[in-house]
Amino acid sequence: MTQPVLELSGIRKSYGTHVAVETVDLSLDPEEFVTFLGPSGSGKTTTLMMVAGLQQPDGGTIRLGGAPIERLPPYRRDIGMVFQHYALFPHMSVRKNVAFPLEMRGMTRPVIQRQVADALELVGLSDYGHRLPRELSGGQQQRVALARAMVYRPALLLMDEPLGALDKKLREQMQREIKRVHRERRISVLYVTHDQEEALTMSDRIAVFNRGRIEQIGTPSELYERPATRFVADFLGDTNFFPGIVRASFDGYCHVDVMGCPVEAMAPASVATGAQVVVAVRPERVRLQSGPGLDGRLIEIIYLGASRRSVVRLADGGDYFVLQPAGAAEAEGPSPGAAVSLGWDRQHATVFPG
Amino acid sequence: MTGDGMDLWRRLRGLVCTLVALYLIAPLVIVVIISFSAASFLQFPPPGLSLRWYVNLFHDPAWTDSLAVSVQILIPSATLATLLGTAASYALVRGRIPGAQILGAALMLPIIVPAIITAAALFGVYRGLGLNGTLTGLIIGHVVITMPYVVATVSSGLRTMDPRLEDAASTLGAPPLAAFRRVTLPLLLPAILSGLLFAAVASFDELIVSLFVSTARVRPVAVQMWSNIRGDVDPTIAAIASLCFAFAFLALLAEGFLRRRSGTEGQR
Repeated sequence: MTQPVLELSGIRKSYGTHVAVETVDLSLDPEEFVTFLGPSGSGKTTTLMMVAGLQQPDGGTIRLGGAPIERLPPYRRDIGMVFQHYALFPHMSVRKNVAFPLEMRGMTRPVIQRQVADALELVGLSDYGHRLPRELSGGQQQRVALARAMVYRPALLLMDEPLGALDKKLREQMQREIKRVHRERRISVLYVTHDQEEALTMSDRIAVFNRGRIEQIGTPSELYERPATRFVADFLGDTNFFPGIVRASFDGYCHVDVMGCPVEAMAPASVATGAQVVVAVRPERVRLQSGPGLDGRLIEIIYLGASRRSVVRLADGGDYFVLQPAGAAEAEGPSPGAAVSLGWDRQHATVFPG
Repeated sequence: MTGDGMDLWRRLRGLVCTLVALYLIAPLVIVVIISFSAASFLQFPPPGLSLRWYVNLFHDPAWTDSLAVSVQILIPSATLATLLGTAASYALVRGRIPGAQILGAALMLPIIVPAIITAAALFGVYRGLGLNGTLTGLIIGHVVITMPYVVATVSSGLRTMDPRLEDAASTLGAPPLAAFRRVTLPLLLPAILSGLLFAAVASFDELIVSLFVSTARVRPVAVQMWSNIRGDVDPTIAAIASLCFAFAFLALLAEGFLRRRSGTEGQR
């Protein structure tokens, strides 16, 4: 078994009475890309800052390559960091910025020149070495920050919402760029974002943060298809929550009575008969049908370009969503005002305590 | 309609600004003109022009000695005030010191408390230490009086500087001293030099502390001017005043230049 690059165990951090990080355990494998995803104030950035050494944990251990580092100052840890607003040194040229960590490590001039040139080529900025940061666009500044944080080949690269200040198109381009650099340099990455799409497309694993804890950690598809808690189902992607009462449960599945209609769903934990629950189903897994099912009325069809979102009002007065690809939606189907019913395959529905 | 109102308002504002500027500058202009006077006493307008009072200034040992004393006070006190003020600002802004606000206010006290109180206090302390009438005593007094200018400019420079830059330097492998030397200091240098210039000007025309602490032997320019104007008044006083004005004016120009440069090089 390979040794993890980074191990966090029982990391805690409070500010006065406010608990920022309650307890976090995590292990990061070599070359792995792990994303911290969560709402603001969930503790993801604080955890990252503690790994970098810019915040001191109140307790717990941080191991880098097996050695404890929680007592080391940032400059003695072998970690690179890309900041949200880049934090490039405004008085130094791009080349000087990238050379800075190498100079701090006492490398010789020829080695520095070669490695800086190499790093700038990696991020496609070979011709910009003499420029000052303020003469570059946001995307270019971000690339310089990336080159500077990895030119000395740190054991671990930390990125704190690095694309937050960029517009959508540029963000997607930079996402691919970061993934390419990650592949080519075989570097381990801890990435913080509150953008779920970014987390889903970039990560090997995602750790979903909520109230100072990791709510669930797993591959993007595990988290999306098999959310362990209602919070994860709600935070990652859109989800319909149908309220109901458990009628019976059997090897991993259960029967639930939703508004008088019997439905089936997966039950991740054992659920008691008679318990109040919600059945979580992704909008793209819900079928809009005319046969028996959850009866309701089609309120409207929202045009989303590549897809259509149908809004269905059920007996409880709540609105639920069905997502259909453009082709399927155009072929047939009811029009607003029509009586419809909803249904799903049981492997696409999950029960959570209500 | 509103356009006319705005226009009238703008003109009125321009007029008021011009009048205030005239009010402030006129005495200076008169002093500068008198300094080139050919008359033997203060008289305006002067009957003729000459450089005799400037010649007199640089030949009268009372004036040259006091100029030398002023420079001997100004250089070490402005340097010391800048070093101490910069260190204090860094500790107050970046350090996590309990009561930093109170400490910061205490450092600003010498320019808030009437100067005569500071002067009397220094006089009292110096009497016990035998520092009255010494260059050392004057230098220490001027450090106290001028340091607030340094603390004010350097603190505000530090507050506008992104603290993430120092964090970045640290994660990139720079120990605190290297981070300060390579990142903080170069970015803060315009503010530090501004503080130095303010301190130098403040020291050069400081009168009250100097008046209490100096003696006839060790007498800076401001004190010499003060005693001169109470005795035989000749236009030499106008010449030295014009020189003081020129010194302060050049210092302010240099400061403005530094501010402009730091503005273009600073962060967003």
